[in-house]
Amino acid sequence: MSIMNKSSAARLWRQVVRHPIWFFVLVIFIFFSLATDHFFAFHNFQNILVQTSTIGLIALGMTLVMINGNIDLSVGATLALAASLAVDIQGWPVFESWGDWAMLPAVIAALASGIMLGALNGIIVWKTGVNAFIVTLGAMLGVRGLVFIYTQEQSFYAMNFAYSDFGSSAVGPLPTLAVIFLVFTVITHFLLARTVHGRNTYAVGGNRDAAVNAGIRVGPHMVVNFMIVGFFAALAGVTLSTQMGASTPNLGRDYELWTITAVVLGGTKLTGGAGNIIGTLGGVLAIGILRNGMNLMQVPAFYVLVILGTILIAVLFLDKQVNRKEDGELRV
Amino acid sequence: MNAFDTALRVQGIVKTFPAVRALDDVSFDVRPGEVHALLGENGAGKSTLMKVLAGMHRPDQGRIFISEEPAILHSPLEAKRLGVVLIHQELSLAEQMSVAENIFLGELPRKNFGMVDWKKLYADAEAILQRLNCDFGPQTRVEDLSIAKKQMVEIARALTVEAKAVIFDEPTASLTDQEKEVLFDVIRDLQAQGVGIVYISHRMEEIFRISNRISVLRDGTYRGTLETVDTNEDEVTRLMIGRSLDTSRGGKVVSTGPVVLKVENLSCGDLFENVSFSVQAGEVLGFYGLVGAGRTAIAEALFGLRRLSQGKVVLNGQEITITSPRHAVEQGLALVPESRKEQGLVLGMSCRDNMTLPQIGNLTTGPFVSNGGEIAIFDRYRDLLSIKTPGWRQLVGNLSGGNQQKIVIGKWLAMRPKVLIVDEPTRGIDVGSKAEIHNLLRELAADGYAVIVISSEMPEILSVSDRIIAMYRGEITREFTADEVTEDNLVQAISGLS
Repeated sequence: MSIMNKSSAARLWRQVVRHPIWFFVLVIFIFFSLATDHFFAFHNFQNILVQTSTIGLIALGMTLVMINGNIDLSVGATLALAASLAVDIQGWPVFESWGDWAMLPAVIAALASGIMLGALNGIIVWKTGVNAFIVTLGAMLGVRGLVFIYTQEQSFYAMNFAYSDFGSSAVGPLPTLAVIFLVFTVITHFLLARTVHGRNTYAVGGNRDAAVNAGIRVGPHMVVNFMIVGFFAALAGVTLSTQMGASTPNLGRDYELWTITAVVLGGTKLTGGAGNIIGTLGGVLAIGILRNGMNLMQVPAFYVLVILGTILIAVLFLDKQVNRKEDGELRV
Repeated sequence: MNAFDTALRVQGIVKTFPAVRALDDVSFDVRPGEVHALLGENGAGKSTLMKVLAGMHRPDQGRIFISEEPAILHSPLEAKRLGVVLIHQELSLAEQMSVAENIFLGELPRKNFGMVDWKKLYADAEAILQRLNCDFGPQTRVEDLSIAKKQMVEIARALTVEAKAVIFDEPTASLTDQEKEVLFDVIRDLQAQGVGIVYISHRMEEIFRISNRISVLRDGTYRGTLETVDTNEDEVTRLMIGRSLDTSRGGKVVSTGPVVLKVENLSCGDLFENVSFSVQAGEVLGFYGLVGAGRTAIAEALFGLRRLSQGKVVLNGQEITITSPRHAVEQGLALVPESRKEQGLVLGMSCRDNMTLPQIGNLTTGPFVSNGGEIAIFDRYRDLLSIKTPGWRQLVGNLSGGNQQKIVIGKWLAMRPKVLIVDEPTRGIDVGSKAEIHNLLRELAADGYAVIVISSEMPEILSVSDRIIAMYRGEITREFTADEVTEDNLVQAISGLS
């Protein structure tokens, strides 16, 4: 019996070292449960899940792109474009006779826009060889501009209440949006951990030259991952607009930064080659719990930003201490 | 003449790295005004010794004396302040900055408030450049200079302090004959000024021209010092490789299998020109030549990494055009690249994942990669190549060089290639594993693979190949069978002398 405990304790410790963020999630979970009255309640957990689902969905795709050794800064703008399309198109006169079905072409158009923008990013990165940071920085500015042109700086409102009803609906005990997030989390986890595409994602990010030498078609592979993150950004735009029953041209500002923060907290390396969905889920929850908990403790919003920024650096510093692998690293 | 007996002296240096004992009780000294050549095969410990001398590595044991003063070197900067400077083989200059800024990088002269004293900077730099007879000014941007002139800037850097010993690491590797003469003039000037020179090179002819003494390292141990005037190339070579060069390979039967790969008039830009050769099943074909002779470029072109400007590739009787590595793999070609860490392996992935990388597309059940199928392949090639690893989960980055190389070879064997190209099969691998890999290559040929080996190490190419192709500046100069090759005619063929 004691041997069992020892080995399971060892296994637990290994997991903690592999995913230090989950240890952190546990600590803040306990802290907020003790420190505030309203945190430890099923209703609040539902809240946290819905609140994190937006960033969470994007983070799933961002994890793939970042393990690839790339990055996508345009996700916030893509989200805004998809939300605007979804809300606007369902109100088009052509679909007037479609009733609730008018939402279908709207959502499909929104998701398609995300996939296409992702493909565009990926193809530019592939064909020009320009760094993904620069390409998607350009896309971030350009797409946001398109959103303002398209919406003429106006917010759109969904006239059909079924749309916003969906955003507040539930499947059994769980909010629908939380279920969507969790289902995609599981799918992406298996995609990354178990499929050929997932394995290639690590290989391309870990050593691009070796991947080329092994016969992996690196360019098309990266395009697929950009399409995946584009899809998730658009999906997040749709789910966010169902929560509000509306879209605004400024939707999703700074979301690229929150997403990258969550992914990096989850242990994905900016240099590529390492990371996983379990870590990313931890990173997303860490941010969600911190924001929710501090909100309940009535910490003013600007202090929350200061604390989150500090925690990001502190967690990554600790991670570096615990997993100090690069011994030959130069001192700077 | 300097008052000290030695400019730089080390005694009983031991340096151990996790996998290897890189230096074992090495002693060595340079007198002021002397050129002391340091020789040894790749992996003999030259570069480690050099890094110890220049303060980049701390030795585990042993002592360093500069002008007979004991010194403990914590950093290259400290070594430089004490008068010991290393001129790197790869130039480490800030290309966008001026010559003067590069010379005084890290120690720019200052005025009040930390402002750079440009006047003094340019004047001091000018003085050093004149000492080296350079024909460019201190304000020239480094990126506008030729490689030889950049090297002069590197040397100028060494002279900002009162240098007692200057270490040159393969300084002529990328110089033309004319530029080489200029460098030798500079070295003679430094000599005349009483500076001790440590000169590392593979080129015997240079060493016999400019050195006063020659020291030899082998497998991390010191093998002796010879006065240059009293010795000859044979004696030095014997010290280097530990046996006299008996290069006959008596008894080895030249393969009679069918021709697997045949290339005709292959050219690729100015990398190589009009290259024709063929490989039979069951033989090892060796490519030998200096770095930059075009050997690696041929391998890369065959593997679809470079575009051919002309030529014909025939594989098993069928003409093929290879457009990408993926295509090459499908055709049955495999390339073990020259630098396994940069091009061959994903260090952060497990042994198994690296081994199955080119073929996981075929190892799926439903949408998922089949765990069992992968492990079966890994186990098979681990046993076949006797790869030592605690398990398939082990990250490749944690294995020794020899085992890493076996993973790369296993990765391609698992694809059952028709032609296996191995570029520098044992670079940076310890001596024991070297022999193992050589045997492995021989056995693969015996099993009917057509094997192409590219190497810069003569003993290696002599011991594994059935035939040897010598290259010089992008062209095949001669082809040898194992019977007719000798060290002499091989060296001549790769220096463009035959």
